[in-house]
Amino acid sequence: MPKLILEVTDLKREFRMGAEIVRALKGVHFTVEAGEFVTIMGSSGSGKTTLLNILGCLDKPTSGVYNLDGVNVSNLSRNELAQLRNRKIGFVFQSYNLLARTSALENVELPLYYNSEVSAKQRYDRSIKALEAVNLGDRLHHLPNQLSGGQQQRVAIARALVNDPVMILADEATGNLDSRTSYEIMALMQDLNQQGKTILFVTHEPDIASFSSRTIMLKDGKVIRDSKNENIRSAKEVLASLPVSEDY
Amino acid sequence: MKFVNLFKIAMKALLRNKMRAFLTMLGIIIGVAAVITMVAIGQGSKKSIQDQLSSMGSNMITIRPQSNQTVGGGARLDASSVQSLKLEDVTAIGKQAQHISALSPAVTSRGQVIYAGNNWPTTIQGVYPDFLTIRDWPLKDGILFSDENENNAAKVCLLGQTVVENLFTSGEDPVGKIIRFNKIPFKVIGVLAEKGENAFGQDQDDIVVAPFSTVQKRILAITWVQNIYASATNESATDDAVDEISTILRTQHKLKRGDQDDFMVRTQAELINTFSSTSQLLTVLLTAIAGISLVVGGIGIMNIMYVSVTERTKEIGLRMSIGARGIDILLQFLVEAILISVTGGIIGVLLGILAAQLITTFLSWPTLVSQSSIVLSFLVCAITGVFFGYYPAQKASRLDPIEALRYE
Repeated sequence: MPKLILEVTDLKREFRMGAEIVRALKGVHFTVEAGEFVTIMGSSGSGKTTLLNILGCLDKPTSGVYNLDGVNVSNLSRNELAQLRNRKIGFVFQSYNLLARTSALENVELPLYYNSEVSAKQRYDRSIKALEAVNLGDRLHHLPNQLSGGQQQRVAIARALVNDPVMILADEATGNLDSRTSYEIMALMQDLNQQGKTILFVTHEPDIASFSSRTIMLKDGKVIRDSKNENIRSAKEVLASLPVSEDY
Repeated sequence: MKFVNLFKIAMKALLRNKMRAFLTMLGIIIGVAAVITMVAIGQGSKKSIQDQLSSMGSNMITIRPQSNQTVGGGARLDASSVQSLKLEDVTAIGKQAQHISALSPAVTSRGQVIYAGNNWPTTIQGVYPDFLTIRDWPLKDGILFSDENENNAAKVCLLGQTVVENLFTSGEDPVGKIIRFNKIPFKVIGVLAEKGENAFGQDQDDIVVAPFSTVQKRILAITWVQNIYASATNESATDDAVDEISTILRTQHKLKRGDQDDFMVRTQAELINTFSSTSQLLTVLLTAIAGISLVVGGIGIMNIMYVSVTERTKEIGLRMSIGARGIDILLQFLVEAILISVTGGIIGVLLGILAAQLITTFLSWPTLVSQSSIVLSFLVCAITGVFFGYYPAQKASRLDPIEALRYE
């Protein structure tokens, strides 16, 4: 029986907009086991972003229980949430969110600055290892504006990996990339998944979802479908079948 | 987060905007340099006045006669024509006073000194040898007159530099020569060291010093004493010495309770205080002006920090999402603000010292860079950084990570 990474029970989130109460999540249940590659899908307004914020410990549910790696997140303070984000979650954003005029290596080192148990030497070594894991071992000292979009996203993934989190949380991580680069990122994600990383990937593209092992579909704040993906496509094979681009 | 890391991150952030960091710093630099320079000018003028006053002898006490005749007693007399002080008073003070280390009566007369073909109008002062101790006035050449000279009213004298320059050709040694003061011959036995002008611009070196009895009896032919000079054992004993002298003199003069003093006791400290309070006021005013510019510099920091927080909202969101706590963000911006102000402070201090030096060199105003003003303005700088950096930093630390991440 694999370990449960995520356990979400009857999760509700309400926002007060003036006099009105907007119910973004209306009771969401699901669990994620270690080693799963889950995509969360849904059109805009389905509560996807709200769910992601809660799963990423950036927001707290109005009611319901959220257990992350055995910790009940609902009762934690702001500082404890920050600590949890630092140790257990690796974020990958749509717009990369790399610090401008800061080298790839320094960007990757960033999360370790907020972990006082890591020495400067460890920080340096682990960051280099993370960058090598995303095939950017030769771009350590490049600045974000000297890297392509795909490379920037790979730096961001390295940053997410460097703290050795229990899960990687990707928010439309391929949204800003062309399809070839998207497949490269998905191939990388699949590799990481193979190595045992749990991945939660939020997207609205069914094409992207087909690379994952499981898809959770949200609509109007509720899970309307939660299905295992029987026919997982390999991003590497898709990549190989693409015609060779001239400007690549 | 460790402090070293905070420092590194703040350093990187500042280096990303070098020009802006420098311009923000400039406010502090100018403020601190102004404080240092202004205080240096204030302290310098205060010190030069104090030095001049204490060159007269810092523990010096002056006793002068004063008329105690009140209205109805006819015309009141000028102090110099009051004859209330006697040599017996001096003896009494010398015997009874505990807080006095040196004591001398004094009489002065103006007249013409003549040597060879030269003559010069000057003042002769008749005193005890102790007078030179009281005035803190060393001999440059020759010897001091002795008690024996005093007892037999010997015709010997010491010359001030100005008198020497006007009476003798350069290179001629005055010691051993005979000069005449109002036709009375005096043997020069010593030359006084140069003393310069006093606080009022009078040339202190334009003087002939002779034994008290010589001047009193041979030149003035009077029985009274014009002034008495005394030296308190130390500066803090001055007040006690003044009280002591007053009591002794009142007893000597047989003044009844309720009678006014027929003498006046003045200390150098009173003079110093009068002048110091003037230059103190100057220092306070200059410092206040300089302080204002420091506050303006601080507001500059606050302004830039607010801009920086807004501009870097997304960065703050990212840092929070990867595990920065509110306090980490707060410290990051605070350290940045302090780094600006403290670096500015260091440059400002150096610039201020340089400016003070230049003022002394080119305007020849006396300046004194005191350590306390350096330490103080440096502390004020650091406090300015904390004070004006705190609110922007707090604003940053309270951002909602979700909104900050989405901020464009």
